[in-house]
Amino acid sequence: MSEGIGQPDKPAELTGNTPDLFSKFDPLIQQRADLLAAGVEDPFNLVMERVLSPTRAICNGRDTILLGTYNYMGMTFDPDVIEAGKQALDDYGSGTTGSRVLNGTYQGHRECEEALKEFYGMEHAMVFSTGYQANLGIISTIAGKGDYVVLDIDSHASIWDGCALGNAEIVPFKHNDIEAMDKRLGRIPEGAGKLVVLEGVYSMLGDIAPLREMIAVAKKHGAMVLVDEAHSMGFIGPNGRGVAEEQGVLDDVDFVIGTFSKSVGTVGGFCVSNHPKFEIMRLVCRPYVFTASLPPSVVATAATSIRKLMATGHNKRAHLWENSKRLHKGLTDLGFELGTSEPQSAIVAVIMPDLERGAAMWEALLKEGLYVNLARPPATPANMTLLRCSLCAEHSEEEVGTILGMFERAGKAVEII
Amino acid sequence: MDRAEVETRVRTLIEPFNKKGVAIDEDTTFAGDLEFDSLTVMDFVAAIEDEFDIIISMNQQAEIETWGQLIDAVNTMQAK
Repeated sequence: MSEGIGQPDKPAELTGNTPDLFSKFDPLIQQRADLLAAGVEDPFNLVMERVLSPTRAICNGRDTILLGTYNYMGMTFDPDVIEAGKQALDDYGSGTTGSRVLNGTYQGHRECEEALKEFYGMEHAMVFSTGYQANLGIISTIAGKGDYVVLDIDSHASIWDGCALGNAEIVPFKHNDIEAMDKRLGRIPEGAGKLVVLEGVYSMLGDIAPLREMIAVAKKHGAMVLVDEAHSMGFIGPNGRGVAEEQGVLDDVDFVIGTFSKSVGTVGGFCVSNHPKFEIMRLVCRPYVFTASLPPSVVATAATSIRKLMATGHNKRAHLWENSKRLHKGLTDLGFELGTSEPQSAIVAVIMPDLERGAAMWEALLKEGLYVNLARPPATPANMTLLRCSLCAEHSEEEVGTILGMFERAGKAVEII
Repeated sequence: MDRAEVETRVRTLIEPFNKKGVAIDEDTTFAGDLEFDSLTVMDFVAAIEDEFDIIISMNQQAEIETWGQLIDAVNTMQAK
């Protein structure tokens, strides 16, 4: 249990008939209590006591293989990246204590944006303090009252929250359904601004979007296109620019959203664009203006990592694809049901029959020494419970074999296979 | 098309989603009485949109809680 629950419940004392604002969480509190009462280790309260490498850590006291970190390219312990961070700490201090538009833009922030422009071959780059804020800020700012945002129903929470923060009309369509998207765009009143929001890789099932067809449809209707490439950067596409690059349509994407918290190996978010007026975003985008900028050490590690991915990333990509294919085939052969019939990204999602057995399987894997993500409704599509595996280029071939053995033993113990 | 005809058509559309066969009147709520979750709402709304060639944005959906409100909204939109 959480350390915060160290004292007995003290019911809130309220005057009159005022409801306790926490009553709305009672069903979730109960579900969680039931799960833990069954003796399962808390899947949402894991502590990594020591981190040994991009693929190994001591978790809840056990030496554990990490298979749920999104650390696709294994840059977190890269010696050049770490050295750049240390140097920036010495030269610029621990934090900026300021917004990008006031005292929070240091040389390192500019250098990081330069690295992004080169990485994507685009004219403009804007760094946010998190990837969540990049979606929140760009979507809520560019789609205003009277405009329409047309988005995939399986979009990430940050995209939905960007929609909720803004004043545009929000129109979702069925996941990856080109015809459904086409129809909705066609019904938007004439003269209204249109933004289509898509993702390259959808992180829950690890499937990719048919961006070539979808972007062509969006352009036919005169819509601007934003693609979140958080889970493809560094790995998919000839230059690691993502699924849009892989499918040859990056030039038709108006805004690419990305993050430093996956392949880049630190934290932060960004938007790159060729829109000639893009720089005005720095003055009008509230999640950018009203937040302290990233610490100098973070932008230094990000810039160094991005440049290294540009220079040497291709060496790692082939091995990461091999890992993904091997894990996907191995799990399929063992009899697990997976989110995609073919490996499409570095995410392999294993579908669990229900939350109870999903949590039991998660715990059995942890005891074997393997960490994966337990994902459950409402974050998942179609109310599925998933064990999400994300591979790293630093996982060795031998480790993938070890992982498959762990899945086999745990799956049999929990009677899923 | 008048409101009665709109309602008849929407009644046909809701059948596959009304799995428990709840009796529907003007005050029937989607979240409460029909127990629609967000995925069911999306599929049901898509069916209505395709039938009447309209858009019911999520902003508009947020204002619709009952069957009567839905029929009113669809009736207004399809008349435009």
